Amino acid sequence: MSEVGAQLVPPAAAASGLAGIGDYVALLKPRVMALVVFTALTGMAAAPGTIHPVLAFVALLAIAVGAGASGALNMWYDADIDARMQRTAARPIPRGKIPADEALAFGIFLSLFSVMTLGLAVGWVAASLLALTIGFYLFIYTMWLKRRTPQNIVIGGAAGAFPPMIGWACVTGGVSIDSCLLFLIIFMWTPPHFWALALYRCRDYERAGVPMLPVVAGAAETRRQILIYSLILVPLALAPVATGLGGIAYGAIASVLGARFLWLAFDVWRQADADGSDCRAKRLFLFSILYLFLIFAGLLAEHAVARLW
Amino acid sequence: MPSRGSGDGMADESEEAKRQKRRRSWAIALGLVGLALLFYVLTIVKLGGNVFNRPM
Repeated sequence: MSEVGAQLVPPAAAASGLAGIGDYVALLKPRVMALVVFTALTGMAAAPGTIHPVLAFVALLAIAVGAGASGALNMWYDADIDARMQRTAARPIPRGKIPADEALAFGIFLSLFSVMTLGLAVGWVAASLLALTIGFYLFIYTMWLKRRTPQNIVIGGAAGAFPPMIGWACVTGGVSIDSCLLFLIIFMWTPPHFWALALYRCRDYERAGVPMLPVVAGAAETRRQILIYSLILVPLALAPVATGLGGIAYGAIASVLGARFLWLAFDVWRQADADGSDCRAKRLFLFSILYLFLIFAGLLAEHAVARLW
Repeated sequence: MPSRGSGDGMADESEEAKRQKRRRSWAIALGLVGLALLFYVLTIVKLGGNVFNRPM
């Protein structure tokens, strides 16, 4: 399990050298990049203070490129796993479109470039957080935890939770309780989100040898853990109202969506062995994406309106 | 007329490879020009009014 994935790609899948621009874009995990940019933008908007629009644009670009770079480095290392999983088999490295070494060089270059650009544009606290995010995702999650423990996405989830903190640091030059709160919301959201996916993709993970919770502890324990994390997440998502970071509109959105999140998590838990349990897990997975998007959109809208008023 | 053999197929493939390389080169060139512009604008914004602060 410890071999570097990229070395295990069969010779038959050797890169054809015909990689198009689209393949390099796919290497950056554009959908993850979009969520990262969105949460970073929310962090920026919610932070006290102002930032020049051009600097904000450059900062978001650097954060997006940094997120993309960590995606490329993850695909380089996990090429063996990706090749064995239905969900990821069509990625550029297992498909033989981009040589693993090229993906590694691409990822390293973009990582250095994004951190340097963010540092020069807005400051070195934000740049250090971006470097920490990339390093955490590659070394802690991808290389260390993913193949070793079912807690992989719990601890590794921190990498995905840093972007609003980076956005906040771009404006204030530091870290605060409120920015840590935004971090914690995404951090607690990650386990129920990924375990819901793992429940109905369990065989895929099993085949690839990734010790996701349903593979190691079984579906029943995973459902229980999803409910526990959801019970922590929903009240936590209301905490910004208590600290003044979120207003009434945010509180209303987080309450309504949180109630729905809890109901879906409860539904997944109570109907463990019923027919269509995969369907329930899939419903929770899809709703979790909408949930995170809408609560951050609520916060963003509230702060945007307050700034314009 | 000579028959079309595998040689043509290889020629087709290398044409496709050339086309992809050309696209990649253009993308890199555009990326570099974009970067140069981005850093130029970034410098102007960071310097602000000091751009014109050049005592004789």
